[in-house]
Amino acid sequence: MIEILPDKCDFCGCCVGVCPEDAIELKEAEINIMESLCTNCAKCVWSCPIEVLVFNKNGAGVKV
Amino acid sequence: MKKKYDVIVVGAGPSGSMAARFAAERGVSVLMLEKDRDVGYPVRCGEAVGKEKLLEFIEPDRKFIAAEINKFSMIAPDGSEVVLPLDQTGFVLERKIFDYELAKTAAVAGAEILTRAYVNGLLFDGGKVSGVKYEYQGNQYQVESDIVIAADGVESRVGRWAGIKTFIDFRDMESCVQITAGNITVNQNTCYFYFGQEYAPHGYFWIFPKGNNTANIGLGVSGIIGKKRSALSFLNDFMKKNYPDAPILTQIAGGVPSAVTLEKISAPGIMLAGDAARQVNPLSGGGITSGMIGGRTAGTIAAEAIKSKNTDHIFSYDKAWHEAVGKRHEIYNRIKEGIYNFSDEKFNNIARSFSRIPLAKRTLGNLFKTALIHNPSLLIDVAKVFIVK
Ligand SMILES: Cc1cc2nc3c(=O)[nH]c(=O)nc-3n(C[C@H](O)[C@H](O)[C@H](O)COP(=O)(O)OP(=O)(O)OC[C@H]3O[C@@H](n4cnc5c(N)ncnc54)[C@H](O)[C@@H]3O)c2cc1C
Ligand code: SF4
Ligand code: SF4
Repeated sequence: MIEILPDKCDFCGCCVGVCPEDAIELKEAEINIMESLCTNCAKCVWSCPIEVLVFNKNGAGVKV
Repeated sequence: MKKKYDVIVVGAGPSGSMAARFAAERGVSVLMLEKDRDVGYPVRCGEAVGKEKLLEFIEPDRKFIAAEINKFSMIAPDGSEVVLPLDQTGFVLERKIFDYELAKTAAVAGAEILTRAYVNGLLFDGGKVSGVKYEYQGNQYQVESDIVIAADGVESRVGRWAGIKTFIDFRDMESCVQITAGNITVNQNTCYFYFGQEYAPHGYFWIFPKGNNTANIGLGVSGIIGKKRSALSFLNDFMKKNYPDAPILTQIAGGVPSAVTLEKISAPGIMLAGDAARQVNPLSGGGITSGMIGGRTAGTIAAEAIKSKNTDHIFSYDKAWHEAVGKRHEIYNRIKEGIYNFSDEKFNNIARSFSRIPLAKRTLGNLFKTALIHNPSLLIDVAKVFIVK
């Protein structure tokens, strides 16, 4: 599963651009992965320039 | 604010602002919505542009020009440097101000602009896009239009909601990180490009001067590399090695969709422009002026469609873009695919061969010719885009 570390995120949009499922919502300074749409393909993880997205075995979601 | 506009533009980057301006200049009503608080900020860009293209849109002004560029310097993996004097000069911009000035030209032409307006859905009327839904200061609104122009950048989602496949193959996404730093003592009229495994495999590393020894320093790597190593780790290594004590003024992340333009950039009631349409030059990663050309083309055609009461006219946008720029980008993309896999040794050899060409005879065309000397079919492509202009 994919996890976001929101405090590290720069809201740059690379992950949104590569997500085939349109599962990521990005506002000015807010990001969410819509779990119901995410297929865990990991493309967003590979495209994040600054290591904000990580795999998490315990489930998707935002780590606060 | 009206309930309905002729044209709604989503995103106030260079592409959106030009779409809004060129539509408004033709007398149609335009609303441009931008999710961020400020047009122009944050800046996710190396900020380098060619002068000639820029002049088509705006008079260069000191307030948004940080440096004037008359040379490129290419650094091979073994450290050898090849200098390339430019016959056409360029600028490193202050995009914070530049984007703002571009949006102002749209406003002067009559476009309305609303920032902090996050577009989160489309309205439809019998299969045709007929407006947008947006969130503003915590409340949900909607506004109608005959045509929506989605200029919502690399993170574009608006086109998807209209059924256009806009997501980009992760291998084509150049994921970038850049800092702006002080005390970088490089020539202030030269853009530096570093190639090779150490700097930026499947991409390049850049230092673009911004005056007074400040510079944009960054790189992009494709998702293939990103699987193993992030762009950030390359940048950190470079800074530690070369400028360990440089004061960092800002750090940003960003993505460049380095591919050919989307197959389809218009659909009933909607047009895509700029990064959202993948109108970036896939070889250089430059998307400021090409996005502005895309925006101008989209805005002009949208206004013509409104004026002639024939919204199907917007479908002529795909061809107009392809003729003006798109087909050139296809050639650039082939050249990119021909060189981006080069080994360090190959880059070193190219630098060695190229440095034997006298300074006065060095051109970008010659450089790519040297690089692709063993690839005759790509040499024809190089000739098409760099020699026969
Ligand atoms: C690190 C980096 C370096 C680069 N260096 C260069 C360079 O040196 N030279 C060059 O020519 N190009 C460069 N580029 C590319 C260039 O920055 C882009 O191609 C250019 O900004 C594209 O303009 P645009 O108007 O299409 O999109 P953008 O400038 O990205 O504007 C899109 C706008 O849409 C807004 N938006 C997005 N979604 C929504 C929504 N749902 N609702 C409302 N608003 C929304 C965004 O907030 C943004 O303001 C670089 C890119 C990066 C990432
Ligand atoms: S790619 Fe990384 S930094 Fe950029 S928006 Fe996504 S999670 Fe944030
Ligand atoms: S894992 Fe795949 S589907 Fe899920 S958010 Fe990331 S890119 Fe989208």
